[in-house]
Amino acid sequence: MKIHEYQARELLASYGVPVPPGKVARSAEEAARIAKEIGLPVVIKAQVLVGGRGKAGGVKLVHSLEEAREAADRILKLTIKDIPVEALLVAKAVDIRKEYYLGVTVDRSNKKAVCIVSASGGVDIEELAVKEPEKILKDYIDPLQGPDEKALRKTLSAAFPEALLDQAVEALLNLYRLLVEKDCSLVEINPYAQIDESTLIAADAKINFDDNGLHKHAEVEALRTAEEYSREEIEAKEAGLSFVSLEGDIGCIVNGAGLAMATMDLIKLFGGQPANFLDVGGSSSPQKVLTALKILTRNKNLKAILINIFGGITRCDDIAKGILIARDQIDLPVPLVIRLIGTNEKEGRALLEQAGLEAASEMTEAVKKILQQAKAGV
Amino acid sequence: MGILIDESTKVLVQGITGRDGSFHAASMLEYGTKVVGGVTPGKGGQEVHGLPVFDSVAEGVKETGADCSLIFVPARFATAALREAADGGIGLVVCITEGIPVLEMLGNYHYVREIGARLIGPNCPGLINPGKSKVGIMPGNIHKPGDIGVISRSGTLTYEVVYNLTLKGFGQSTCIGIGGDPVIGSGYIDLLEMFEKDPETGGVVIIGEIGGEDEEQAAEYIKSSINKPVVAFISGRTAPPGKRMGHAGAIISGGKGTAEAKVKAFEQAGVPVADRPDQIPELMKEKLGS
Repeated sequence: MKIHEYQARELLASYGVPVPPGKVARSAEEAARIAKEIGLPVVIKAQVLVGGRGKAGGVKLVHSLEEAREAADRILKLTIKDIPVEALLVAKAVDIRKEYYLGVTVDRSNKKAVCIVSASGGVDIEELAVKEPEKILKDYIDPLQGPDEKALRKTLSAAFPEALLDQAVEALLNLYRLLVEKDCSLVEINPYAQIDESTLIAADAKINFDDNGLHKHAEVEALRTAEEYSREEIEAKEAGLSFVSLEGDIGCIVNGAGLAMATMDLIKLFGGQPANFLDVGGSSSPQKVLTALKILTRNKNLKAILINIFGGITRCDDIAKGILIARDQIDLPVPLVIRLIGTNEKEGRALLEQAGLEAASEMTEAVKKILQQAKAGV
Repeated sequence: MGILIDESTKVLVQGITGRDGSFHAASMLEYGTKVVGGVTPGKGGQEVHGLPVFDSVAEGVKETGADCSLIFVPARFATAALREAADGGIGLVVCITEGIPVLEMLGNYHYVREIGARLIGPNCPGLINPGKSKVGIMPGNIHKPGDIGVISRSGTLTYEVVYNLTLKGFGQSTCIGIGGDPVIGSGYIDLLEMFEKDPETGGVVIIGEIGGEDEEQAAEYIKSSINKPVVAFISGRTAPPGKRMGHAGAIISGGKGTAEAKVKAFEQAGVPVADRPDQIPELMKEKLGS
C-alpha cells in the first residue's frame, strides 16, 4: 500500500525525523490560508501516488499569497498520469544547500533490510543505481540482531560530513524502526536536505507498506487512499479475488497467480491482448466466479472471456456451478471459452454439458479458440 | 530417491484441526504419506482421521519421531508456528500459509537456518516425491514417478507443467513449490544443488515468474555448478510494471524483475526457456538427448 507525501511526512515526524512545516490543502483558498499561517515562501505539491509530478507541473514554489492561490487552483485542475489531483501539500520552502538520499527497504536476495545512502540525492535513485552505482552506499541490517550503530555510522560517514553525521545516524535508525514497527516495504527520504551548516531535514518522503502486514496496523490501514486501485480492483479484493486491469480485450479468469500470468502470456503469444489478470484463489466458491464475471463484463472493450482452471484445492464443479449461476443472472455479452481440468473435472464437465456448454482440456487449445472467437465476434 | 522427502518421512500437520489442515491430512494419508499426527495448541489429546493431536511440536516429535512438519495455520500465527517447528527438532518445515508479512519472514529465514532446519515456502503448495510421499496440497494423481526434478514459485502453474510432463512420459523425482513470496526459506540454488547430487534426478525444470532476481542468480549458478540439463519457463511476460500479480513476490519494481531479464539470463546460461508450458517436455527431451 502506498500513502501520500503529506501522510508520510507526518509519520516520519512522529518517528523523530525533522520535516519542514506544512499542511494538506484541498482548495486554493485553503492553500493560501496555510501559506499565510506557515509563512512565505512555500512549495505547493500535488499529492498523487505516482511519480513524475514535477515534470507534469504539479510542484510550484511561490512567494506571495496570490501566487499560492493561483498555483493551487491550477494544480488542483491537473490530471497526472490519469489521476486527478485532489490534495496539495503546502510546505515551507527551505533553502537547500545539498541534497542527500536516505532509504530503508527489504533486500529479497540477502533476506535482510538494506539501508541505502547517497550524497547525490534529489534524483531518481533507481536511475542513479544503474548509471552511477558507485554513488550509492549500502548497509544491511541483520533481522535477528537489529542495527549495528557503529557499522551504520561508518557507512554514513562516507556520505555525510562530521557536522551532520549524528543527525543522519539518528534518522537512519528511526527509519529502520519505522520500517519494522509498521511493516513497511520502503521508507525513503529524497531529498534529505541540508538547509544550513548543521541541519538536515526531510524535504520529501515516501513510505510504502507490505499489504501482508496491514492487518497488524489499523492506524496504517486508515491512511489508505482509494486512487491506488481502480473500482474493479477494490471490489475484486473484497470478494477475495486478485485482479489487475490491463489494456487488452480478452478477459481471463484463472485459478492461481502463476497460471493466470501464464494464461495472459499465452494470449499475447498467439497475437491477442489480455484485458486483465484475475486469480480466483484456492478454494473458489461459485460466488467468486460470479463476481469475477460481473467485474469483467463491465469492461466495454471486452471481446471474449477465457476461464482457465487447473483444479487442485479448487474444484471444477464449483467453477461450473459459478458459471451456470452467472449465466442465469447476467447477460454475457461476449463469447466464453472454458478450460477445466483437475479435481472434480468429471462433475464439472457434466454440469456444463447439461447446460449445453463444453469445456476444453488443454490450455493452448482453449487460448487458440478464444482468439478465433474474439476475432469472429461471435 | 528424489530429494527432501521419501516413504520414510514422518509428517506432523500444524493446524490439523482446521478446515484445510484436516482436509489435506486426509488427502496425504490417502496418497500414502506417513502422516503421524497433528499439532493444535489447546487441542492436545484429540484425534483427527485417527491421528493423535498434540499441544506442541516438541511433544509431537517426542511421541512420534516426526522429522517434517506441514503448516496450515493462519498468517498471524505462522511465524510462531514455523519457529516452533524448528525449535521442536523438525528438520524439514513446509509452510503453505499465504500472507506472512515480509519483515517477519526476514527474521524467520535466519532463525530457521541458524537452528539448522530447512524451510520450504511460505505461500507454496508443498512438495511431492511421486509414489512415495506427498507433503502438500497438490493433486497427487497428475504426478508419476520418474527422473525430472521440478522447482517452482507457483502452485497451479506447476500442476500445468507436471501434467504436461506426465502426459509426454516424463515422470518426476521430486516437485517442489518454493513459494510466491518475496522472501522464502529455500530458493532455486538450494534445491538445484540437491538435485545435482541426487542420482535419481536426470534433469530439472524451473518455473519462475516476474519479481526479484532469484532466476538471474539461479542462471549464474547453473552456468557454474550444474551439469544436469535444466529447462525453464517464466510467467508474467505481459505483466505491467509496479503491479503485484497475485503473489506478493510477483512485482516488477524499479525496472528489476522483468520476464525479459530472466529469460535472457537463462538463455545466456544455456538453459532453454519455453514460450508455453506444453513445450517444456519437448525442450527437456532435446536437452536430455544432446
